[in-house]
Amino acid sequence: MTTTPSEPASRDHTSRDAPTREAAAALAGVETTARSIAEAAAEPATGITGAQSLVRSLEAVGVEVIFGIPGGAILPAYDPLFDSRVRHVLVRHEQGAGHAATGYAQATGKVGVCLATSGPGATNLVTPLADAHMDSVPVVAITGQVPSAAIGTDAFQEADIRGITMPVTKHNFLVTDAAEIPQRIAEAFHLASTGRPGPVLVDIPKDVLQATTDFSWPPRLDLPGYKPTTRPHGKQVREAAALIAGARRPVLYVGGGVLKAGATDELAELAELTGAPVVTTLMARGAFPDSHPQNLGMPGMHGNVTAVTALQKADLLVALGARFDDRVTGNLASFAPGASVVHADIDPAEIGKNRKADVPIVGDAKETIAQLVEVLRGDRGPARAPDLSAWWAQLDEWRRRYPLGYDWPEDGSLSPQYVIERLGAIVGPDAIYTAGVGQHQMWAAQFVKYEKPGTWLNSGGLGTMGYAVPAAMGAKYGRPDTTVWAIDGDGCFQMTNQELATCAIEGIPVKVAVINNGNLGMVRQWQTLFYEGRYSNTRLHARNPDGTPKAVRIPDFVLLAEALGCVGLRCESKDDVDAVIEKAMSINDVPVVIDFVVGHDAQVWPMVAAGSSNDDILAARDVRPVFGEGQV
Amino acid sequence: MGRHTLSVLVENKSGVLARVSALFSRRGFNIESLAVGPTENPDLSRMTIVVDAESQPLEQITKQLNKLIEVIKIVELDSSAAVQRELLLVKVRAPLAERTQVLQTAELFRARVIDVNPDTVTLEATGTPDKLQALLAVLAPLGIKEMAQSGTVALGRGPRSMSSAGSLRPVERTA
Repeated sequence: MTTTPSEPASRDHTSRDAPTREAAAALAGVETTARSIAEAAAEPATGITGAQSLVRSLEAVGVEVIFGIPGGAILPAYDPLFDSRVRHVLVRHEQGAGHAATGYAQATGKVGVCLATSGPGATNLVTPLADAHMDSVPVVAITGQVPSAAIGTDAFQEADIRGITMPVTKHNFLVTDAAEIPQRIAEAFHLASTGRPGPVLVDIPKDVLQATTDFSWPPRLDLPGYKPTTRPHGKQVREAAALIAGARRPVLYVGGGVLKAGATDELAELAELTGAPVVTTLMARGAFPDSHPQNLGMPGMHGNVTAVTALQKADLLVALGARFDDRVTGNLASFAPGASVVHADIDPAEIGKNRKADVPIVGDAKETIAQLVEVLRGDRGPARAPDLSAWWAQLDEWRRRYPLGYDWPEDGSLSPQYVIERLGAIVGPDAIYTAGVGQHQMWAAQFVKYEKPGTWLNSGGLGTMGYAVPAAMGAKYGRPDTTVWAIDGDGCFQMTNQELATCAIEGIPVKVAVINNGNLGMVRQWQTLFYEGRYSNTRLHARNPDGTPKAVRIPDFVLLAEALGCVGLRCESKDDVDAVIEKAMSINDVPVVIDFVVGHDAQVWPMVAAGSSNDDILAARDVRPVFGEGQV
Repeated sequence: MGRHTLSVLVENKSGVLARVSALFSRRGFNIESLAVGPTENPDLSRMTIVVDAESQPLEQITKQLNKLIEVIKIVELDSSAAVQRELLLVKVRAPLAERTQVLQTAELFRARVIDVNPDTVTLEATGTPDKLQALLAVLAPLGIKEMAQSGTVALGRGPRSMSSAGSLRPVERTA
């Protein structure tokens, strides 16, 4: 089929307004929709604009939704997009577009897409791109650029976004010829979604979008230097199996890569086959059910005593899609001193980066774990795993003595941990939870029980305050029939709450629990512990000259929610917590915000102070666990 | 610290040098010298990078370099199994009274005179980094006015070549 700019092909306004989100109820349905779009758009075309070629490429690659904001340089792309079946969600800030794309990708497993103009539009994407890069989320960002002839002249709204984003993307492109557009888009999606996933940016100058070109699909990919290893080496797998079979105190150290690879079934099989305890990192919550007796919970700086100590005392760590992050290992030199390490990761650069691996395995987590199971089961495999009952007796003793817990604030204020615990209990494990960064994030990781993959989305690596609301928006868009809760802090919420206007207008009814302690709570906690309680610039609430809080609420989150087109609710006492959550659960046509006014002195425990050894974990303030030295 | 020479084949595209050099500074690796030039294949460039690193960080450097999409292949060239050369241009003070000494030094090091004027002589020399350091040490007392030195370029000894081992067949995929 040949089309010209004046004769748009297969353009049907009704299809754009059709309830695509409803149609996309089930993931299978989404895939069917995407496939039919791909088939429809795969027709070659001549004499079309670069912008039309871009939109056709996005259709062909199966894009369902784009989060973005138009502007001068990207404007040519918005014209054919107006007629496309690809839905565009007009956000309020490009950071919201980036995190929404990330939330969409994490909730659906598909590539998230965001779109911005040149200069400030593009630079506003830098934070979410860095965030997606750190957490290995498949995102494609498309940015307009000033016309080719103006590049390098400090033109209006010019920023070298390719140069700026080199360190925070898996790869990026500057398209210099309209004929390259289909190939670059196909390459961007391929790079973003294969190997270790990550963000890819495609920068397209305005004149390239306006140039006349031809379109054909599929294009040839030209990535001679890109050959990710997905199949693990059989010998390495057998060596790992032998170590597992011989270990007395093994721990399966599970990271976000297991979720990225969709390897949770395989993980469950491996765990049950070996009987080994499992720890799930902040990025892997939900990869293994919290209700499973072998799940010790989250390790790390605010992990529970048993999970942290199990790693410390282990004789074998089986790291699966995890990267020995400093927030997990604490002081690296004293981390898991007696443990051999099997390290399986799709990214060879992660292996040996922080901790030497005795058995490195480069490969996809799904294939690696499946092969481990096969070898452990097989006739030629090592003898069955040895008796771990002594190890479990020790672990269970720690679990009994040092369970996760919290104290109610002495001033009678509402406990934030209680709020989050009740939210998880009432809403249940089928919902998706997103979080910002700080105390509320740690409590949400600790006190909500995750049973299923893809139900816990947060900013783990970069620690991006403001992630929760836009990520919830993207997740809800991708999985419209799933309840999506953003558990946010009042500090984080004030960074990105403008996207609630997007949610209200676009019909994306997310729910937000603002854990409002009037402070930058995690920073305040560190000031309490390490800066003699000198609260330099961590109070967010209005206060009198003597420092006492004023009665006035600035902002009033209930009024703010209403102003943004949401239902605003408030809860200040324990007795109202369940009722207000149930009220929020009953409202499903508009976004809901609950302002949970909580005490500001609550702290996240347990804690391993930054740079300290995991051996020095404190179960609570000044409470040092006794591990019964010599027992293990 | 150990001195290692990496020969890196990269796609001949704009921005590759920026990616490679930015990677080194971002990850805290030190570049001692870097030379970029064309190869027998117009689609590829060769970067010869001399780094100062212990073996452990070196492995991390090569792994991180390999993650760059436009990096095709990396080989570490062991000095015993490779030829390494640098190019030096040096302008030496050479008044008539001392000119003979300068020219004799040049001859000793097989350097060529490429520019002469009443006060200075400019020499061109190629060789291993050690040889050029030795030449500079002899010239220094005579008065070095200015110098320009290239990074190291290197090739493995023997008949094999890095880009023709059949490993460079472009991987063609469709979406």
